Amino acid sequence: MSQTVTKKLMLFFPKCECEKPIIYHLVKDHNLIVNVFRAKVTPEEEGYLALDVTGTEEDIQKGMDFVKTFNVSINTTGKGITVDEDHCTHCGHCITHCPTGALHIADMATREVIFTESKCIECMGCIRVCPYNACASAF
Amino acid sequence: MKTYEQINNRIESGKAVVLTADEIIDYVEKKGLAAAAKEVDVVTTATFGPMCSSGCVLNFGHSKPKIRMSEAWVQDVLVYTGLAAVDVYLGATQLRHNDPANMDHPGEFRYGGAHVMEDLVAGKTLQLFALSYGTDCYPLREIRTYFTINDLNQAIMLNPRNCYQNYNVAVNDSDRTIYTYMGTLEPKRKNANYCSAGQLSPLLNDPYYETIGVGTRVWLAGAHGHVYAEGTQHAGGGSRTPEGIPKGGSGTLALTADMKQMSKEFVRGTSFRGYGVSLALGVGIPIPILNEDVLKRTCISDREILAPVVDYSHDYPQNTGKVLCHVSYEQLRTGEIEVEGKKVAVGSLSSYYKALEIAHLLADEIKRGDFRLAEPIAYLPKDTKMRPLVAREKPS
Ligand code: SF4
Ligand code: SF4
Repeated sequence: MSQTVTKKLMLFFPKCECEKPIIYHLVKDHNLIVNVFRAKVTPEEEGYLALDVTGTEEDIQKGMDFVKTFNVSINTTGKGITVDEDHCTHCGHCITHCPTGALHIADMATREVIFTESKCIECMGCIRVCPYNACASAF
Repeated sequence: MKTYEQINNRIESGKAVVLTADEIIDYVEKKGLAAAAKEVDVVTTATFGPMCSSGCVLNFGHSKPKIRMSEAWVQDVLVYTGLAAVDVYLGATQLRHNDPANMDHPGEFRYGGAHVMEDLVAGKTLQLFALSYGTDCYPLREIRTYFTINDLNQAIMLNPRNCYQNYNVAVNDSDRTIYTYMGTLEPKRKNANYCSAGQLSPLLNDPYYETIGVGTRVWLAGAHGHVYAEGTQHAGGGSRTPEGIPKGGSGTLALTADMKQMSKEFVRGTSFRGYGVSLALGVGIPIPILNEDVLKRTCISDREILAPVVDYSHDYPQNTGKVLCHVSYEQLRTGEIEVEGKKVAVGSLSSYYKALEIAHLLADEIKRGDFRLAEPIAYLPKDTKMRPLVAREKPS
């Protein structure tokens, strides 16, 4: 059996694709384990979905090919939450509000705050507390 | 013993020995106090954090015909016009017109006076809208126009209070989340926030105000400004540790500088959810090493500086004066403190990272001979206490 991997993805569903059970097919037909962090349908009926998929590289690839047939765009860098490096002052206020340590102090001497995207579960905690407006959500 | 003049001569000849307030600690330990005091000319201190009592004076110049502004808004943020015709004062915490504030609690406070200040320094085009009652000498009744900082005659930052010597560590003992100027505090003492650069902070390196006084030249967001008065709420007479470090707020500085010389990364509008708007500002202050005593005090380390832990759900708002305990900045920087036997996760509001950057920028400027020190023309009081506001009956 080949190794399973976990990938963080952000999917954008244009208006017409919102009602299709795409995730169901990812699980059922492509053997993927899906962990949805955050989903949103805008008033314009466009949809956003931030999720982890776990499976073999091959299954993930097939799943992605399947998703693409629906005109859904896939962002494999998973940028649902962004921390603007130019705006972050490394104050450290977000640290105690980030449940996973995605935002953490990288260097105790300079106290630089680093955002490790792969650890982010998109709880939006940092967006609520960052006084400097450095954290943002793509949706 | 060195004089300001001797130090300035060394700065001018490019020979000055300058270290930051964190570098000096190890340096003195290695070299010994006496030798280091001979060698070192200047120690640079710095801080970067929210400072609510900040603002600026703007002069717009005169329109044709002229106006005596009686009400005015910059980017829809109300400015104070009780000055001369086209002078206004823009306060950092002023909210934008129609901001819902805390109507839908907790409010977001996305934009206010401090953000206008940031945009101004960043060179953005801003809107001015002003009204007037009209006079014979100033007939215009209304103006709406657009300007950048370069169009203004003056844009002078004028902050009544910056650089608190020491500050509270805020916790929340209630059972609901509270939203304060010390950030969001989770219930049941789940997190704590502090706000000081600790061992880098200006007045903690000169606890008795021996070199920082009225007239001291300071680095304010990249511009060269000065201390123009003691800051509001300056209370130098509070209780101190044996090293002279105040155990609470204590000293403050009133600072001013030309905003046209500032850089935008050190003038930052901040939004505190449920509380309001504040200005985060970068300040650097050089300490001339006049003698061994002055040097010794700059060697203060986070371990020796204690901050009071205060409950912001009750004791702070009700002004009870109660302090839960004192913790050192060394403990705070580990990310966890212990308060009455309970471990509390710690976050910060002021940026040590930025403060360190500023201390180095200032040190480099001094080494290059671009920043000269100024001797104070008056010293800050060391014996004053903070007075409360008493709600009195009208005297008969
Ligand atoms: S609270 Fe905002 S500015 Fe401060 S470290 Fe976190 S992301 Fe950066
Ligand atoms: S969204 Fe949540 S998990 Fe992600 S960085 Fe922000 S606080 Fe951390």
